Amino acid sequence: MTRLSLVADRHPLASTDEQKRRLRTLPLVKSFDDAIGGTAFGPRLRATGVEVFQINVGRKCNQACHHCHVDAGPDRTEMMPDDVVDATLRVLEGSSIPTFDITGGAPELHERFEEMVERGARAGKQVMDRCNLTILRTQRYAHLPAFFAKHRVEVVSSLPYYDESGTDAQRGDGVFEKSIEAMRALNAVGYGVEGSGLVFTLVANPVGAFLPAPQKSMEADFKRQLKRKHGVEFTRLITITNMPISRYLEWLDRSGNTEPYMNRLVSAFNPATVAAVMCRNTISVGMDGRLFDCDFNQMLDLGVHAAAPQTIFDWDQRLLDQREIVVENHCYGCTAGQGSSCGGATA
Amino acid sequence: MSEHNHYYDPADLKKFGEVGKNAKELGEKFFSWYGSVFAEGALSEREKSLIALAVAHAVQCPYCIDAYSNDALEKGANLDQMTEAVHVAAAIKGGAALVHGVQMRNIVTKKTM
Repeated sequence: MTRLSLVADRHPLASTDEQKRRLRTLPLVKSFDDAIGGTAFGPRLRATGVEVFQINVGRKCNQACHHCHVDAGPDRTEMMPDDVVDATLRVLEGSSIPTFDITGGAPELHERFEEMVERGARAGKQVMDRCNLTILRTQRYAHLPAFFAKHRVEVVSSLPYYDESGTDAQRGDGVFEKSIEAMRALNAVGYGVEGSGLVFTLVANPVGAFLPAPQKSMEADFKRQLKRKHGVEFTRLITITNMPISRYLEWLDRSGNTEPYMNRLVSAFNPATVAAVMCRNTISVGMDGRLFDCDFNQMLDLGVHAAAPQTIFDWDQRLLDQREIVVENHCYGCTAGQGSSCGGATA
Repeated sequence: MSEHNHYYDPADLKKFGEVGKNAKELGEKFFSWYGSVFAEGALSEREKSLIALAVAHAVQCPYCIDAYSNDALEKGANLDQMTEAVHVAAAIKGGAALVHGVQMRNIVTKKTM
């Protein structure tokens, strides 16, 4: 049976207010705000600039992963409208921000996805596509590996584990097998192949309520196992900690893991991770053009600080470069253990 | 035994650090050594975690089983590997019992015609 989004299920946690209430009322020994206050980055965490321009183009996805922080799925239809796409690409093209990071849902399902990639690449940006892999096995999108290679796009794809049971438990039945097929298609055009310069990054996040294993050792395991058992290659692996929001929060609640998991994140708070957390050098653009410190804040409807411009339509990078970051208790997810960000471990 | 009246309380695991109470210097030495034991060395952190998990089962310590089930997951081990580790512990425990049968056999051989 296809899993429904929290929205389609009319689940209370489909409401961002309910998610925030849940996270704010957990009996933690210390709020994240206080934890940051006790570090060299306190009392308020601030941005260091904008080096990554990340846009979330919509909620529609061909998968419905159990842990999805976007609550994306085949039943969602919301996509970034044309006026926001136009404004977003104008800002990107007029800026010196080096990295253009496209995410979703499945971003490839946006009607103007290829135009976004082409214009980003033409503007000299390093374009990243957060691709779920299985989309590449559908007839309509089978041409994308070659398209990505042409524009030197970095393909960033989730694969929580190097075997079928771990992957399918989190991402749905049959996803592992299709992901391997998609990896073969990417390898065939040079992705992950040494010397090609085409970067294929895998993202591994825990299949459950625990912290990711050390990134380097996981990368070595994945490389060995995927090559040996399936003959596929990738460039690098990054680990990401599951963020206690949206569908993952719903699973934590349902499995009785919410408090133990949050306590684990709090107990593993590592000040050494803070310097490189993604919110400090990223701006996240929402479907409606609103600006956020990261994709997680976007999903909790926590816009950028009031002193910074609020939407893509009133972009002012000088103000965004030095903005105060909006933090809540979910931010423990990025600062636990080895740290976690869209670029992987930070410590 | 009721749920609230038993020898082993999962919440007590968090009190592990208190074993140094009344013996501060010994406690500090223990935890310093303990930390070094589990650091990456000739064996990886994951291998050490799986050994710890196996030993936890052999000594039947519920605190240790809790701690090292979680730790092994966070070191990237999967349930297949963890289950095999428990079987290693069981094999050694079982083998240890069985090999004592030699002693039993020696005694019986000596005592009987």
